[in-house]
Amino acid sequence: MSDSIIGAGPKRIDGQRKVTGAAPYAADHHPDNMAYGYGVFSTIARGTVTGLDLDAARQSPGVIDIFHHDHFPELHRSPSSMAQGNKVEETRLPFEDNQVHYEGQFVALVVADTFENARAAARKVGVSYQRDDNAIANLDQGVKAHGTQKGQGNHERGDAAGNFDGAAHSIDVTYTTPVENHNPMEMHASVASWEGDRLTIFESSQGVVQQRGALSKIFGIPQEHIRVESPFIGSGFGSKLWMWPHAVAVSAAAREIGRPVQLVVPRQQMFTTTGHRPETRQRMRLATDERGRLVSLRHESINTTSFTDQYVETCGSVTKSLYSCPNLLVSHETTRVNRGTPTSMRAPGAAPGLFALESAIDEMALAAGVDPLEFRMNNYATRDESQDLDFSSNHIREATEKAAEKFGWQDRNPEVGSMRDGHEIIGYGMAACNWEAIKRECEARVSLRADGTAYVTCATQDIGTGTYTIIAQTVSELTGLPLEKITVRLGDTSYPKGPISGGSWTTATTLPAIAAATREAIKELKGYATGEKGDFAGVDSDSDSLTFENGQLTHDGQSVDYVDVLKGQKLASADGHAHTQGADDKYSYRSFGAHFVEVRWDPGISNLRVSRVVSAIDVGRVINSMTARNQVEGAIVMGLGMAHFEATEYDARNGRPVNNNYAEYVVPVHADQPPEVDVILLDYPDLAFNEFGARGIGEIGITGMAAAVANAVYHATGKRIRDLPIFKEKLMENVPEVQSA
Amino acid sequence: MREFDYARADSPRQAVSTHGRSEQAAYLAGGTTLLDLVKIDIMRPDQVVDINRLDLNQIETLNDGRTRIGALVTNTALARDDRIKNEYAVLSEALLSGATTQLRNKATTAGNVMQRVRCPYFRDGVSSCNKREPGSGCAAIKGHNRSVHAVLGTSEQCIATHPSDMCVAMAAIGATVTVEGPDGQRDIGFLDFHLLPGDTPEREHALKPGELITHVTLDAPLENSRSGYLKLRDRASYQFALASSAVIVTLEGDTITNARVALGGVGTKPWRALEAEKALKGQKIGEASFTHAAGIAFKGATPYAHNAFKIPLGQQAIVRNLTTLTAQEDRRTS
Repeated sequence: MSDSIIGAGPKRIDGQRKVTGAAPYAADHHPDNMAYGYGVFSTIARGTVTGLDLDAARQSPGVIDIFHHDHFPELHRSPSSMAQGNKVEETRLPFEDNQVHYEGQFVALVVADTFENARAAARKVGVSYQRDDNAIANLDQGVKAHGTQKGQGNHERGDAAGNFDGAAHSIDVTYTTPVENHNPMEMHASVASWEGDRLTIFESSQGVVQQRGALSKIFGIPQEHIRVESPFIGSGFGSKLWMWPHAVAVSAAAREIGRPVQLVVPRQQMFTTTGHRPETRQRMRLATDERGRLVSLRHESINTTSFTDQYVETCGSVTKSLYSCPNLLVSHETTRVNRGTPTSMRAPGAAPGLFALESAIDEMALAAGVDPLEFRMNNYATRDESQDLDFSSNHIREATEKAAEKFGWQDRNPEVGSMRDGHEIIGYGMAACNWEAIKRECEARVSLRADGTAYVTCATQDIGTGTYTIIAQTVSELTGLPLEKITVRLGDTSYPKGPISGGSWTTATTLPAIAAATREAIKELKGYATGEKGDFAGVDSDSDSLTFENGQLTHDGQSVDYVDVLKGQKLASADGHAHTQGADDKYSYRSFGAHFVEVRWDPGISNLRVSRVVSAIDVGRVINSMTARNQVEGAIVMGLGMAHFEATEYDARNGRPVNNNYAEYVVPVHADQPPEVDVILLDYPDLAFNEFGARGIGEIGITGMAAAVANAVYHATGKRIRDLPIFKEKLMENVPEVQSA
Repeated sequence: MREFDYARADSPRQAVSTHGRSEQAAYLAGGTTLLDLVKIDIMRPDQVVDINRLDLNQIETLNDGRTRIGALVTNTALARDDRIKNEYAVLSEALLSGATTQLRNKATTAGNVMQRVRCPYFRDGVSSCNKREPGSGCAAIKGHNRSVHAVLGTSEQCIATHPSDMCVAMAAIGATVTVEGPDGQRDIGFLDFHLLPGDTPEREHALKPGELITHVTLDAPLENSRSGYLKLRDRASYQFALASSAVIVTLEGDTITNARVALGGVGTKPWRALEAEKALKGQKIGEASFTHAAGIAFKGATPYAHNAFKIPLGQQAIVRNLTTLTAQEDRRTS
C-alpha cells in the first residue's frame, strides 16, 4: 500500500476555489428579486413583549414587511428527532408567542429591498416589554432558584461512595467551565426561495439532511419539496449542526412576501441565538489505594440549559471508560437559565469533561505521590469497563510514551516552580485525550463517466476539514483515476443521504459508502463490458479474472480503457449507489491520545503563554496526512483558547452577554500559536471499525488540552486553577479584593 | 439605511465650513472608529465630512527639534518612519502594538487621538451609559468590568478606558494638538486634550464643535534618552491593553536624570504619571526605585469587581519597562 493515495497528503481539491473566492458560501447566493431580512432582537433576558411600535419602521425606505408574534404564519414544531432526521436544538419556533426566554432572541424580522434598508428599519422598531426581573443569569443562580433536572448518559458500576471513605488517598474538588461560543468566521446565513410549495434554501450548515427534515415538519410539506444546499461553509464547530430560528424565520418570510429572502445573523446574535457550549460545574471525587490505583471515581456535572429545551453536556462520557476503576459514578444534570439553547461545540461533553477529569487525575496523582505520567500508565483501562467490551484498537500507552519521549518529560523536575529561564518559570503538564468513534448509515452515488471523469455525490458536508478531498482519494484509490478527474459534490439534499458533519464521524461514515458505490459502478461497468456488445462478451462479470485497475478493465491479458467500454456502447456512464450501515456493537470504538504541554509564566508581567505542545494521537488509519494533521493542530490551538482566553461573560444582574464581539471575546490569534506544535499520528488501522480503519479526527485534539495547560500551570506556579479560563489575575499575587456587585 | 450627507473636503478650511458647528456632523479619516459605530447605530451623524483628500500626510522635523505629524498620517506610516523609530521608539512600538496590520493601514494619527471607548455598555445601545445618553447612569460600574475599564481617573459616571496605545506614547513624549475650527486655528496641549469623565463623560476631548485636528506636534526628544512601550494583555496580538506603559528615561551612570511615564489600559484618558516621574528622578536604577515609583503611579486607584488586577498589573508594566530600558545599552537614542 506504499503507493496508495489513502494516507498520502494531497492538497484540498477545493482549496483553490476557496482561496480565490470562487467557492460560494451561503450569503454569496443572490437569487433574482431577493430581499433582505434583519432581525430585531430582545434586549431583555426574560419577560414578555407587550407592544411593538412599527410605524417608523414601516415608513423606512424599502421596507416590504415586518414579521413578529402577531404577524407570522402558523407553523408546526419539529419533533426534533435525530433518528427521524429532523433534529433542531431550539424547538420553540420564532415568533411563536410573545415570551422572551433570552437576550438576543428574535422578536421581529424586518424584510426590505436592501440589507442596509432592512437594518435601518429594524432599528426603528420600538419594542415594549414587561420585564421579568427574575432572569436567571448563570448556573449558580439557576441551581439556587430551581435546582436541577436529571440528564442522560449517566452510568454507575460498583460502589463509588462506599469505596471513597477510608481509601488511602482521595480528593474532592470542583471544576467549572464558562460559556464558550463557536465563533466560526462565517456567520450563520440563510437564503430561502419558494417556487409554489417548493422551498430551496442555501444555508451555512453542517447537516443539510437534518435541516430538510426539520423544515418539512415545520412547514408541513414533503421532504421532496425542500432542497437545502450548503456546498461550502466557513466552519461551524458544532454551531451549524442543527437549524436555528433564523432559518425558519427567513423561510417563512420568503413564502409570505413571494420573494427570495437572505438573512445573515449578525455577530452579536451569534452569541445568543445559534447555540453555545454551556457553563458547567463538575464535582470530582477520586480515591486510590496505597499504590495509587483508582478505587473510586465520581464525576458529577451540572450544565446550564435554556428554558425552552434541555441540552445535556455529557461531561462524564469519557470518564466511564478511560481509566480502570471498579467503583464509578457518572451523572449529568442540567439547570435552566435565561440563555439561548446550548449545543454541541467541538468535542461536546469531552472538552469540558476532560478539563475536569484530567485535572483531577493530576491532582490525584500528586495526592498519591505518583508522577502524573506514571499514574496514568498504571490506571489506563485495558477494556471498556462501562460496556464490558474490548476496545477495537487502543494504543494510548504507546501514544503517551511516544509523546512523552519527544517532549522530554523525563527532564521534568517535579518540584513546583523549579524550572526557570530568565524571567520565566516553565511548567510541564500532560493530559490524556479521548473521543468516541462513531459510524452512521450513509448513502452515496458514484458515476464513472464516458468523458474519463468520475462524479461523486453525497449529502454530507465539507466543513473545512477536507471531506471533499478524502472522498476523492477514496474513489481514486479504487478506480486509479487521478484526483483532478474526480468531481465531488456535497452539501445538497438532492444527493443521496449523508451524515451531519459532526461527532468526528464523517470519515468513518462516508468512506465505506463511497467505496461501496464505486464498486457498484465498477460492477455496472463490468456488466456492460461482458454484455453481448461488450469487449469481453461472454466473460463472467463477477469473475476474479476480470479486473479493474487504473481505469482499465483487464481480462486474460487484454486491457480496455473504461472510457472505451462506455463509448463503444454509446453510454454516458456506469453508476453505482450504495447504502451502508452504522457501526456494530462488537467492540468499544474509541480514539485515544495524549498531550504534553510546556507553559511559560512570567510573574514579573503576569504573562502566561503556551510555548510547546507535543501530542500523539491514535485515531486509526490516517486518510490524508495533511488535513489530519491540520485538524489536530487546529484543535490544539482551539484548546489553548479554551484554556486561557475564552469565556462569554454575562452581566449577572440581567443575563445579557457582555463581550459579544471578536475584539472582546478572546480567541487565539497567530501570535499565540506555540512556536512548537508537534503532532504524532500513530496510524494503526482499526479494521474492525471499517475497511479503511479510520476512526475520525475532528474532535479528539481539543479534548484534554485545557487540562494539560492547567496541569502545566500548576507545575509552574503552584496554583491549581479549577475555573476556566486561566486568566492572568487568577495567577497573580496582591490583587486587591473588591466586593462584587 | 440611516441617511447622512456626505461631503469631501479639499482643504481644512472647506472641511470646517462644511462641518459647521453642528454636534451632529463628523469628520471621516480612516473610518475605523466612525464607520464601526455608525454601523452598530451608536454614532448617528447627519453630516460626514471626508477629509482624506486633505494634504495632511507629512511627518516633518521643525527647526526647534519638534516633529510635526499630519492628521492623516496612517498608524503604519508613522510607526515605520525612520525618525520616529530612531527618536521616538516608544511611539513606534506603541503603534505597532495596537490593532492589526489592516487597521493600522487605515487608521490615522488624528483618528487615533479621537477614537471612542470600547466599553460594551457604551456600544450595546441598550444599557445605561452616561457617555451615550447623559444622565442615564453607568452600567459598567456594577456590571462586568474586567478588560476595558479603568482604575485611574474614573468617576461615579464613567469608568471606560481610553483605548489608544499611540496616545499613551504621545502623553509620555509630550505633544501639541493643532486644530482648525470655525474660530480659526489654535493649539491644545496633549495632556489637556482628553478629558476626565467627571460629571460629563459625554465630553471626551477639548475640541469645540467643528474643530478639526490638522497636526500633532511631538515635543523634541529628550536628549540621550531611551524609550519603550510595554503592553500587557491576554492574547499576544489584537487586543486592547489590560495595562501598558510608555517610558522614557535618561541616565547618568546608574542615576535616573529624567523620566517620563504614561499608562494605558488603566486610565480613563491616556495617563501621564507625573508623580511617579518625580519619584524616579535622581534615584539609582533598580527594582526598589522602580517599584516605589510604580506604587506612586497607582496611588488612589479605584478597583472595580473584575479589574482590580490592573493595579498590580499596571505597576508591573512600569517596573518591567524600566528594568528593560535601563538594562539595555544598545537602546540609547538621540
